[in-house]
Amino acid sequence: MGLSTVTPARHAEPRRLLRGPAVANRARRLSLHIVLIAGSLLFLMPFIWAVSTSLKSSSDVFVFPPQFIPEDIQWHNYPDAMTALPFGRYAVNTLFLATARIIGNLLSCSLVAFAFARLRWKGRDAVFFIVLATMMIPEEVTLIPQYIIYSKLGWVNTYLPLTVPSFFAGSAFYVFLLRQFFLTIPKELDDAARVDGASYFQVYWRIIMPLSTPALITIGIFTFQNSWNAFFGPLIYLQDRSLYTVSLGLSLFQEQYYTDWTLLMAASVAIMLPTLIVFFLLQRRFIEGVTFTGLKG
Amino acid sequence: MQPPRWTSYSPARSECSITWLPLWFGVSNVSMSAVQPVRQETKSRRWLLRENTAGWLFVLPWIIGFVAFTGGPILAAFAISFTQWDVVNDPVWIGLDNYSRMLDDPQALQALKVTTIYTAVSVPLHTALAFVLALLLNNPLRGVGLYRTIFYLPSILPVAAVAVIWRWVLSPQYGVFNYLLSLIGVDGPDWLASPSWALPALILMSLFQLGQALIINLAGLQGVPRELYEAAMVDGAGWWRKQWNVTLPMMTPYILFQIVIGFVTTLQVFVQPYLMTEGGPQEATLFFLLYVYRNAFQFFSMGYASALSWVLFMYVMILTLLILRSSRAWVYYAGSEKG
Repeated sequence: MGLSTVTPARHAEPRRLLRGPAVANRARRLSLHIVLIAGSLLFLMPFIWAVSTSLKSSSDVFVFPPQFIPEDIQWHNYPDAMTALPFGRYAVNTLFLATARIIGNLLSCSLVAFAFARLRWKGRDAVFFIVLATMMIPEEVTLIPQYIIYSKLGWVNTYLPLTVPSFFAGSAFYVFLLRQFFLTIPKELDDAARVDGASYFQVYWRIIMPLSTPALITIGIFTFQNSWNAFFGPLIYLQDRSLYTVSLGLSLFQEQYYTDWTLLMAASVAIMLPTLIVFFLLQRRFIEGVTFTGLKG
Repeated sequence: MQPPRWTSYSPARSECSITWLPLWFGVSNVSMSAVQPVRQETKSRRWLLRENTAGWLFVLPWIIGFVAFTGGPILAAFAISFTQWDVVNDPVWIGLDNYSRMLDDPQALQALKVTTIYTAVSVPLHTALAFVLALLLNNPLRGVGLYRTIFYLPSILPVAAVAVIWRWVLSPQYGVFNYLLSLIGVDGPDWLASPSWALPALILMSLFQLGQALIINLAGLQGVPRELYEAAMVDGAGWWRKQWNVTLPMMTPYILFQIVIGFVTTLQVFVQPYLMTEGGPQEATLFFLLYVYRNAFQFFSMGYASALSWVLFMYVMILTLLILRSSRAWVYYAGSEKG
């Protein structure tokens, strides 16, 4: 690294004053980059490894030292893995579940958040407090009674246990996030609409909801991601293989092809793709969603 | 000097720990009374009455959901824990038998031990790593957005796929992890098949999922007032001293938040042992939830499984309360007299 690029030519100040800190700063930056690049490679390593394996032939997998770039690339591993089990079907199932849950969460959580952010009613703060407290309750405690209720209702082995709760504001976190967002909308809008004769529901539906698209999109993304990644709920409630989600499909796939690494990695990488695509398309919203509750009062 | 915004919520004033809840969830100013500006008093009583009704109507979905899916089931779980029940036949009341059975059940004790070790090691490591990483990523570097994305990504991927991939990464002979270790002259063990290395392997894997904590930390770092660093510089503090005496104290509320959330999350670990080790070898990774799952959905002893989950629930609550109590000594709230 030449020092000349550091020293601004125009303001030729005494060299020894400038040089010290500038060099130190450069060295610090460089070492920071080295640390971060090493860390990034380490974090990416499992995924690079998975992609690399998914494109190898079965014989190339057991080579030591491992090759990261396969000698001849076996694209067919992907269609092979996706058809060994009906992953297309699983993807459609999972998409259906995700869609139902997105609709449920968007409608119910926003209604509840509206009551907390825009309406004044007796007991509001107490109820809001209970909503927050439910975030601390681990799902395991409610797991067994819920299962028993659903099995008595005949809902086991259907999508109902996985979708119905989201229509009843099942996620306190989303309620909280929406409430925080609603609070940032000027209150005068509601009052003006009320004076014009709008009902509370109209205020909610015609004014608050359209103004809250960013927050609603964030919740949609989170719900999609959670539904796509969900494992425990589907494992307990879905028994018919034709109802399986992608994650359950992968689990079944692993049972049948326990050490067939090329196909296993192809299947794993493939079910990651939708999450990755959603992330890269809507990256900003992801980050905003996570930080929103932390930054804005 | 102007204190940062969120400090106007001063938990030091309240005695009851549970009122700190809003603080954990985002360390933001959610002081409840300040939610709405005081309305004009000109409104008629009828108007207010209608707003009252509307409020309850709008939260009705949540109330129904709470009774049906959360509050009701919690009480039911407690009741079920005193019975012997296979769902098909009627439950039989057996009093405290399920709880006394636990004391003689080596597997239950093992599950408690595994979960405790995992939590005790993973949560502090996780918190510390996410903090250091956030410090590094808080610099105005070229490509810092890309670095952040890379460190965040593993946290959003389907955990089942990640588990399957890690089984291969940790494969003893041909896995990439042992290959990397061999480059520095370490002969890696057969991680997942070794009773002593399986749990450390899962802890190691958990360190890759720190995206959420990272983002929360980055948000927190933005909120540390610049004046504090300038003041520290005037006092002649170097980089380390600034981090130790300014950044760390200012970040303690976020760290507390992550520890509490960490407790709740680590007790829900299921997919990794389920897909990677099946609780083995020799029950070295028999996580509590996996044991609850086995009892409930493989042996169909709902009563015993309920008792187990209640014990776990209490365990986490006690841990959380202890942390919150201790936090008075180490969490710094700017703007509160106690500090």
